[in-house]
Amino acid sequence: MSIQRNDWSLQRKGIIDQERHKERVKDAIRKNLGSIVSNEAIILSDGKRTVKVPIRSLDEYKFRFDHHKRKHVGQGDGKTKVGDVIARENQPGQGPGKGNGPAGQEGGAEYYEAEVNIDEIAALIFEDLHLPFLEEKAKQAVPDKTTRFNEIRRTGVMANLAKRRMILENIRRNARESRRARFGAVKKEDLRFRTWEEDQRFESNAAVIAMMDVSGSMGEFKKYIARSFYFWMVRFLRTKYDNVEIVFISHHTEAREVTEEQFFTQGESGGTVVSSAYQLALNLIKERFNPPDWNIYPFHFSDGDNYYSDNEEAMRLADELITTCNLFGYGEIGEEGTSSYRRSSGALLSIFKDRLKRKDRFVGVRIDDKEDVYPALRQFFGKKEEM
Amino acid sequence: MDREIKELEKALEQIWDIALKFGLDPFPTRFEIVPATVMYEVGSYALPGRYSHWTFGKAYHRMKMMYDFGLSKIYEVVINTNPSYGFLLETNSPLQNKLVMAHVLGHVDFFKHNAYFSRTNRRMVDSVSTHAGRMAEYEFRYGRKTVEEFLDAVLSIEEHIDPNFFIKHERARGREDKDRQASKKEGRYDDLWLMGEKEDVAVDDKSEAPRGERLPEKDILYYVMRNSPKLGDWQRDVIAMIHEEMEYFVPQMQTKTMNEGWASFWHARIMRELDLPDPELIEFADLHSGVVSPHKGQLNPYYLGYKIFEDIERRWDNPTEEDRRKFERGGGQGREKIFEVRELENDVSFLRNYLTEDLCEELDLYVFELVDEEEWKVTEKRWERVRDQLVANMTNFGFPYIMVADGDYNGNRELYLKHAYEGSELDNGYARKVLEYVYVLWGRPVHLETIVDDETVVMHYDGEDHNED
Repeated sequence: MSIQRNDWSLQRKGIIDQERHKERVKDAIRKNLGSIVSNEAIILSDGKRTVKVPIRSLDEYKFRFDHHKRKHVGQGDGKTKVGDVIARENQPGQGPGKGNGPAGQEGGAEYYEAEVNIDEIAALIFEDLHLPFLEEKAKQAVPDKTTRFNEIRRTGVMANLAKRRMILENIRRNARESRRARFGAVKKEDLRFRTWEEDQRFESNAAVIAMMDVSGSMGEFKKYIARSFYFWMVRFLRTKYDNVEIVFISHHTEAREVTEEQFFTQGESGGTVVSSAYQLALNLIKERFNPPDWNIYPFHFSDGDNYYSDNEEAMRLADELITTCNLFGYGEIGEEGTSSYRRSSGALLSIFKDRLKRKDRFVGVRIDDKEDVYPALRQFFGKKEEM
Repeated sequence: MDREIKELEKALEQIWDIALKFGLDPFPTRFEIVPATVMYEVGSYALPGRYSHWTFGKAYHRMKMMYDFGLSKIYEVVINTNPSYGFLLETNSPLQNKLVMAHVLGHVDFFKHNAYFSRTNRRMVDSVSTHAGRMAEYEFRYGRKTVEEFLDAVLSIEEHIDPNFFIKHERARGREDKDRQASKKEGRYDDLWLMGEKEDVAVDDKSEAPRGERLPEKDILYYVMRNSPKLGDWQRDVIAMIHEEMEYFVPQMQTKTMNEGWASFWHARIMRELDLPDPELIEFADLHSGVVSPHKGQLNPYYLGYKIFEDIERRWDNPTEEDRRKFERGGGQGREKIFEVRELENDVSFLRNYLTEDLCEELDLYVFELVDEEEWKVTEKRWERVRDQLVANMTNFGFPYIMVADGDYNGNRELYLKHAYEGSELDNGYARKVLEYVYVLWGRPVHLETIVDDETVVMHYDGEDHNED
C-alpha cells in the first residue's frame, strides 16, 4: 500500500466527453427548434443571456419500471403509520417523484432541461434564413465619425506634429550618430506627423412596422404567437442591418401607434378594420422612413376577421405597401389547437392570396399552434426564388 | 505537502494494521490524492480510462456542477482491481482522509472475499483501456457518429446480461468437449471438418445447448451479439466489450447495500481504535453520522447495510434463549458470522435472511405508493411485507427481468422479448424507445410481451411504427 500524488493536469477525458454531450444537446435543440422558438422562457427572457428549456430525446432510455405504479420502500423517523402522506405528486423538488426511488431507479422528468444561450439558438435559427429583397439602401454615416487618425508619416501639416514620436526619433538618431542617447538638435528628418484616414462607413437601415389586430377576437394565445414572431424577427433583422427601428401599430376599427409594452399587453375589443392600420403605416413611411433610405418590412398579424366592406380598401392599401416596401408579411392566427379550420366570411389570407397584384413580395402564413412559429419564420425569411 | 503525505502514510500504516487485526484481508491498496476534476471523472466513468461516450460526459458535467455549487461531494472512489486503488480528494481534511482510507479498506476486503466477485477480472483497468483503444479505432474507421449511435443502442440494454453467465457457459463447453473426446482423437483442424454438420446435441437436449441458442435467454446482450442477422464484426466486438464491462459491474450492483454497509461498519470500528485527538474525534462523529444516517423518505444503503451488520454481530454474540435452543448458538460468534455473511450473500439474500422484525421497526421502514395519482402514501408497515417489497425491488439489481423468448418469431427472424412480470409494470414510453434501439441491433421487427393492468400486452416495432395488442 502506498499514497501518491501525481500530475493529472493532462487528464481531460471528462471534459472531452462533456463536449460530446454538449454537441448532442445542440443537435437536439436543432431538432426541436419548432418548440423552442416559441418557448415562454425565451420570449419573455427580458434580456437574460441564458435560459432553461426542456428538450426531448436526450434521455438514456432503458427498460425500467413505471415509477408511479410501483411500490417503494422508504424510511421514516420512527412514527410512520399506514396512511401517512409522504409527498404529493407534482410538487417540484419534493417527494419521490424526483429520483428518490430505491436502488437507483430514477423516475420523474422525461425532459432534459438544457441551459441554452439565446444567441446560440438565434444563430441556429438564422442559419438558413435570408433577408428577402435586401437592397443596398445605404446612406453615409454621420460625418464626425469619418476621420480617424491612424497613421504616422514623415510629411504633413505642422499642426499635426506627433511630438512624442519626434522626440523618440531624435534620440535614436543621436544615439546612432554620437553614441549618446539624448534629446537635442532636432532636424527635419526627425519630424513625424499624424495623418488621418477618411473612413467611409455606410449604415443600412431597416424599419419594421409591426401591426397587430387587437380586436375582441384576439386572445392571449394569438397575442403570444405574434409576440414570439416579432421577437425573432427583430433579432434577425438586427443581424443584417446596423440600425433597426420598429414601430408598433395596434388596430381594431381604427389604428394608432403604441409603445412596445402596450402593443403586447393591451387588450381591446371591437371590430376589425384592417385598412386603418395599413393607412397609418403608409403615413408613417411617408413621414419617417423615406423608402430610398430605408428597408421597410411591414408585418401584420390578425385573425383575418375583417369587416367585409373593408376588404377592397385593405387590398388596395396592401398593394400600395408592397410597392414601397421590401416585403409585406401577413400572418393569420387561428384558434389554439384547431388546424386549418378557416372561417368562410372574410378570412383575409385567402383574399390576399387570390387578389394581390404583386405576390412576389407578399408572404402570407397561417399559424394555428406554437410550433408553427418556426415554419412561419422560415417562410417569411426563406429563399423566395421558387415563389 | 510532503509532510502531509508522510503523515497520511503513517496513518495508513496504523489503519492497515488495525484492519488486519480485525481480520480484514484486503488486496494491496494504492491511494492517490487527486483534484476534484479527476475524482469526478473517475466517478462518472466508474473506471478510469473507459471508452468515450456522451453519457459519461453528461454524468461528469452533472457531478462537477453539484460539486462546484457545493451541493454534494464525493469523498472517495475505490477501484476493484488487484492491487486496488483508492482516490482521495485533495481538499479532504486529514481526518476525512483517514476515514476514507478505512472505508476503502472495507470495500477492498469485500471485493476480495465476496463470492459474487470471485469471477471478477482484477485487471479490469487494463481491459477497459484496451476497449477504449479499440472503440477509438472503430470511430476512426467508421466515423464517430456511427459508433456513437450504435453505442446508444447497445447501452440501452447493457444491464440485461446474465450475471451467472459463466456457470452455464462452462457446463455447455464441458459437454461439448466430452462429446468430442468420445468420438475421436482431437485434431487441430477438426472444426474445419465439422463445418456444415449439424450438431445433434442441441436438438435433443435444449438445456444443454450452447450459449446463445438456448431459449429463453436472460442475457439479451449476448444473444443479440451472437444471433443478430444484421451486425457487422466491429459491432459484435463492441457488444462483446460492453458485455465484458458489465460482467465486471454487475456484482457491484448486486451487493451495493452490503458493500457500503460493510465498509461503513469497518471504518467505524477502525476509527475507534485510532487514538484521535479531541477535535478530530468530533469531526469524525459528525462525518460518520452524516454517512450512516437515515434520509427521510428514502433508503440510505450505507445506513441500512451498516445497521444490519451491527445487528447480526449482536445477535450472534448474544443470542436469545430461543436462538440458543433452536439453532444451538453458543454466543460470541458475532465476528465469525459477519465474515461469513460478507462472503456468501448478495443484497437480495442479505435482506431476505437478516432484515428482522426488530430492525424494520427500529428503522421505521414502510412501503409507499402513489394513491389516486396525487398522494404518495404509506400503505404497508407489516415487516414481512416491507421486507419482501424491498427484496423484490432489488431483484435483478432493480431492473425489469426481460428475456429473449424467440429469435425466429413468425418464422421470420423477428426478435420476441418477454418481460417476466412480477407485480411491477414497465414504463411503456421508455420501453418503446428501447425497442427502437433493439431494432437498431437486430435489424428486423422486435416485440416485447409484458403486462399492463393485469392483461398481457405485446408491443411491436417494425422499424417505422409502434403497435400494440
